[in-house]
Amino acid sequence: MSAITNLGRRRFLQAGALLGAGLTLGFYLPIGRAAQRAAGAVSANAVLAPNAFLRIAPDNTITVLVKHLEMGQGVHTGLPMLVAEELEVPWERIQVESAPADAKLYGNLAWGGSTQGTGGSSSLTNSWDQLRQAGATAREWLIAAAAAQWQVEPGTLKAENGTVVHAASGRKASYGELTAKAAELPPPQNVKLKAPGEWKIIGKSLPRKDTLAKVNGQAQFAGDLKFPGMLTALVARPPVFGGKVKTVQADAARAVPGVKAVVSIPQGVAVVARDFWSAKKGRDALAVEWDESGGAKVSSDALRAQYLELSKTPGAVAADRGDAAGALKGVSKTLESTFAFPYLAHAPMEPLNCVVQLKDDACEIWAGSQAQTLDQATAAKIAGLSPQQVTIHTLLAGGSFGRRANPTADYIAEAVEIAKATRDLNAPIRLMWTREDDIKGGYYRPLFVHRIAAALDAQGKPLAWIQRIVGQSILAGTPFAAMMKNGIDPTSVEGAANLPYDVPNLRVELHSPQVGVPVLWWRSVGHTHIAFATEVFIDELAAAGQDPYEYRRALLVDQPRLRGVLELAASKSGWGAPLPKGRGRGIALQESFDSYVAEVAEVTVQPDGSFHVDRVVCAVDCGVAVNPNVIEAQMEGGIGFGLAAALHGKITLKDGRVEQSNYTDYPLLRIGEMPKVEVHIVPSTERPTGVGEPGVPPIAPAVANALFAATGKRVRSLPINPAELKG
Amino acid sequence: MITLFVNGQRHEVDAPPDTPLLWVWRDTLGLTGTKYGCGQAACGACTVQVNGSPMRSCVLPVSAVACAQVTTIEATGDRIVQALQRAWVKQEVSQCGYCQPGQILSAAGLLAGNPRPSDSDIDAAMGGNLCRCATYVRIRAAIHDAAATLRA
Repeated sequence: MSAITNLGRRRFLQAGALLGAGLTLGFYLPIGRAAQRAAGAVSANAVLAPNAFLRIAPDNTITVLVKHLEMGQGVHTGLPMLVAEELEVPWERIQVESAPADAKLYGNLAWGGSTQGTGGSSSLTNSWDQLRQAGATAREWLIAAAAAQWQVEPGTLKAENGTVVHAASGRKASYGELTAKAAELPPPQNVKLKAPGEWKIIGKSLPRKDTLAKVNGQAQFAGDLKFPGMLTALVARPPVFGGKVKTVQADAARAVPGVKAVVSIPQGVAVVARDFWSAKKGRDALAVEWDESGGAKVSSDALRAQYLELSKTPGAVAADRGDAAGALKGVSKTLESTFAFPYLAHAPMEPLNCVVQLKDDACEIWAGSQAQTLDQATAAKIAGLSPQQVTIHTLLAGGSFGRRANPTADYIAEAVEIAKATRDLNAPIRLMWTREDDIKGGYYRPLFVHRIAAALDAQGKPLAWIQRIVGQSILAGTPFAAMMKNGIDPTSVEGAANLPYDVPNLRVELHSPQVGVPVLWWRSVGHTHIAFATEVFIDELAAAGQDPYEYRRALLVDQPRLRGVLELAASKSGWGAPLPKGRGRGIALQESFDSYVAEVAEVTVQPDGSFHVDRVVCAVDCGVAVNPNVIEAQMEGGIGFGLAAALHGKITLKDGRVEQSNYTDYPLLRIGEMPKVEVHIVPSTERPTGVGEPGVPPIAPAVANALFAATGKRVRSLPINPAELKG
Repeated sequence: MITLFVNGQRHEVDAPPDTPLLWVWRDTLGLTGTKYGCGQAACGACTVQVNGSPMRSCVLPVSAVACAQVTTIEATGDRIVQALQRAWVKQEVSQCGYCQPGQILSAAGLLAGNPRPSDSDIDAAMGGNLCRCATYVRIRAAIHDAAATLRA
């Protein structure tokens, strides 16, 4: 490396130390990882890396490093927009790269900052200041460089279109021309962010960065990678959760052409072969006897019945306002309902997979990782390495919906175990899950039961609301258990413990039984069932003579944003306009992840109970709408995702065995079932909040409420059974 | 050795005859735009065109398509596929993107036989292509858009 770049490197490290939280460490990187390894050979390449999120190369290539996983929700677009805005560069000039795994540099600030990962619809909101600051710092640094080069005051310069301009003299330099000079300067301090009135990029429906590659076959997912000598592994897993291998007959598997090894790992038996098909045939040929003695023998029907019984008994108190039990007594008008929800699989189109290359002192992992540093820590532990020796390359994920953010790093752990057990083969290992592995593989949205009782006053307003919730905790036993207080998993009561309606006496209780079925967050987490229970029940309360929209509206006291989306959705949907017989309109709302969504669904029901959701009008308030087109897409997608669960989603277990296996018996939404969707975004100057999940919660209750409007029949369990709607 | 014509190019493939075509693309020829989703022809992520018709390559043994003309998403010369790709970009259809190559090739099959499909034609032709991100609203719009371009 030349003296200049060495100087630059020291400067950046020093700069990093000065920049403070969120921009903790600067670093110097030539472009591209291959080049990075060969750094000695690119001495003149004075890439400006003013912080961990941005690189500006002398050839004017501007790369934004995204710390979050792109799984379809648009982070490779929304996050770089924040940088581009402050940096004053045209959108088409921005290139996007996934950041490496590094908890210090890339921790999710909404998760406390010490874990890198994507979830809770937090990517944009936790990056809002961080990335604008990153862009603004670089902008001011380049301005300072131009000022030094031209011997003028920085205040006389302006950054525009990827250049610094001195209007008085007509001088102009591209950012690339200024990187070397900038490298000699200390980082700018107290950088000012642009005022909303100055925004050119934030608020525009700019095209997604990943669109073209996703329509021409070039987009790379982990399963698309091919390395010299790479082998493919499939794992045979026990038929019940918690089962173990008793005996293995592997001769037939080993005899399959292409099979290179059969190895036992803690999770089961792995067949390692030259390609997927050989590995699949090898796995089919395995004869494994399983020890099920320590396994979960759950049957979901029995579990649901047990939960219903449990819901009659007091649980841990999640919310207690006024005297709900007292208020319920002595009131003539009371109502009680129970609600039931099945286990649900995430079933992303891309089944779980990753590639692991394990060496004595290093482990490289390629995955669509939704929680990079959790995966890194697990891999390190299994491999006997430090986390710093584990490199994670984050690729695009073919959907995830929470599944690839697993505190146990389940599939990553399997792959590292296989790599460890086949170290003698010295081959990169590509672990593939089949669809059957995915559907049967656990980590489901938990089965839940709710029981809600309410007392109404003479005007029909709720005086008291008692809600008992029964279902497995997602957080218990994970690194996120610290979020639990007094035994309450907040994800089991979100939206209930903080019920938005004006109810003077509120009590919410929780039972969190331990069942042995692995559970996980599933797009919008607790809101997936809680919004259904509360929004159908509030409709039931309204049904005692009041309009469901007006009833909600009157009860949304001090909830201006929820009331705002409610009113917008109602007015855009033509709420109140009569519909022909057999049709119905239903409304529901939910605040989730600090975003506010209301949806109105219109349904047509046939005499046999079959029905179609024709139209959904959605209103969303997610603060500043950074990219309206992405927001609309996420609302459309969230509605479709929630509708799939409402119409079809159900994982059942019998004697510990999952009864579903593929899309044939775990159907997703099909195009013919997709309603027309209209999305209306509330104009806002509030801090932006997430949109990946909040579109999901209101759709199922909106549909159930619409079905009630059409048929007079109440839906209280999911998926909806059309037979119960028969006229 | 089995002879395949993929995107106009001849390939001699050494694979067991029961190998699904999908894994021949992906693991042997390195054409990874065609995706694995279910292995049961239940999701459409693996859709390619065989002699001009959309087929699910995850259940199609390679021996069954010897000497057939096969088109994958990597084909650059197909007029209908190109129009669909442009429409997909214009409508910003993709979210995770994993199913979209299969969606586009199914849509190409529809447009080859029906230059002016209605919404219900689209729903019928595309019913076997699942999208977990539920980009269906935009898939419909993009197919109409491509159809209009191709008619012009």
